[in-house]
Amino acid sequence: MPPPLVISVSHLAKRYGATVAVDDVSLDVREGEIFGLIGPNGAGKTTTMECIEGLRAADRGAITILGLDPRRDAAALRRRIGVQHQDAHLQKRIKVWEALDLWSTVYSRAVDADALLARLGLDGKRDAWFMTLSGGQKQRLFVALALIHDPELVFLDELTTGLDPQARRAIWGLVMDIKARGKTVFLTTHLMEEAERLCDRVAIIEHGRVIEIGAPAQLVAKHCPERRVVFTTDAAGAAAHFAGIGAVTPAASAGFIHTLHGAGDDFVTDVIHIIAHEGIRVRGFRTETPTLEDVFLKLTGGSVRG
Amino acid sequence: MFRGFLKLTWVETKIFVREPMGLVGTLGMPLVLFVGLGRMLGAGRSGAPALGGAPFNVAILSALLIAVSAVMSLVTIISIYREGGILKRLRATPLSPLTILGAHVAVKLVFTIAGLALLVAAGRQLFPGALDVPLVPFTAALLLSTLSILSLGFLIASVVPTARFAQPIGAAVVYPMIALSGVFFPISRLPSGLRLVAYALPTTHAVALMRGVWEGAGWQWGNAAALAIVFVACSGLSSRLFRWE
Repeated sequence: MPPPLVISVSHLAKRYGATVAVDDVSLDVREGEIFGLIGPNGAGKTTTMECIEGLRAADRGAITILGLDPRRDAAALRRRIGVQHQDAHLQKRIKVWEALDLWSTVYSRAVDADALLARLGLDGKRDAWFMTLSGGQKQRLFVALALIHDPELVFLDELTTGLDPQARRAIWGLVMDIKARGKTVFLTTHLMEEAERLCDRVAIIEHGRVIEIGAPAQLVAKHCPERRVVFTTDAAGAAAHFAGIGAVTPAASAGFIHTLHGAGDDFVTDVIHIIAHEGIRVRGFRTETPTLEDVFLKLTGGSVRG
Repeated sequence: MFRGFLKLTWVETKIFVREPMGLVGTLGMPLVLFVGLGRMLGAGRSGAPALGGAPFNVAILSALLIAVSAVMSLVTIISIYREGGILKRLRATPLSPLTILGAHVAVKLVFTIAGLALLVAAGRQLFPGALDVPLVPFTAALLLSTLSILSLGFLIASVVPTARFAQPIGAAVVYPMIALSGVFFPISRLPSGLRLVAYALPTTHAVALMRGVWEGAGWQWGNAAALAIVFVACSGLSSRLFRWE
């Protein structure tokens, strides 16, 4: 039996004046998974998330979250979810411990704030003003505020945007940690690498519509089954041996670097067999597997607008 | 939820104290004006009549300035908090909207009392006898006035588009209100059109209420009622127009 549904959205729509932010979004999120809403900026990710959180009223569609209606049961819902907003700020001169203390007071139950700070690597910043924190530290504080009341479901909106690679990896570790504690995570990102690393399932959204939903690996296998093997050899005529299993792009065989195109799970194995069987001396060998980004580009037919 | 209100009020008080400019504007400026004008107008010599009598009442002007700077500060803070997404973040907590905004009003009222206490302390030192007025009703009059003008501030904060405009728009609305309030010259000397405008402004009733207490005429219920009406009207309008982001 699959885990119970924690979020169920059907045919959500939301417009701001003449601008359609969300046109038609339907998705389900199950307990314990990390679900990612991915898409270019302006695709409707944040609006969708804020409708689910109950911060915005939808124009059309039905949303159930933790068995509640996000608008009608807003008060009950806020105690059970943790949120982090895109580009959020706190009071410039609020101290880290004061923010956690305030949040602890606001929620009727709270975890140990000092332990939480230590877990997020912020214990040295207890007395620092918010304005003096680095981007990564601010984001970790927002993660702390989202977790202070031990919520069942955590929303993270563009959590790592603008962070350097190290800070980004540290935050990824925190998100995996939330999942390891049995919580459900709903996140948005326009970074495909982030989605691929973190998410159990993703929904690709463009122009306010969900165009595909699934596990990243599943989507890659479905939409981008092709594989590439690139190898370097001095052996003349090596390319001819591979005619039976895939295409050798002539242009790509220029010099001694050969690029083989094929599809399916057996392709790479077949190439290795032939190299071994024919005794071809290979100086370099690498395989190129499509990523979620390739799927995304193929489906949206555009670029990841940054 | 009351614990949340107290905690937020306390945190916002600490944050406000950490911003030197805010503190100077709220506590320092009215005090400097009070002492400076008080000396210039010769209040030191003969007590209450001088401070209250000569061209205009220095104490009431200074008290009005305390209220006005509280309003300016509120408008700025609310617009900065909105622009920075701080209001939105607080709203995603179980805190009620009224609690979030009420805490800011509470902070302003606390500093209004602090500002008045400073004036009184300075007055007792520098102008002996000048502040022999009933302090409890005078404080009540100032608090009601501040609350009423704060609600107008909320209305301004509800409609200003960005933090950058908050201060100039706030100033453009509030400072002419001081000029028309009757603190410098009697309302009766205004042309009839402007006089009507003056009667619609909370500052006018604030000055009349404080003056009534100061001059021993007692609590002016009419002016108090006018301030309450402004408070109800502006709060009601703001609750419809207020934008959280």
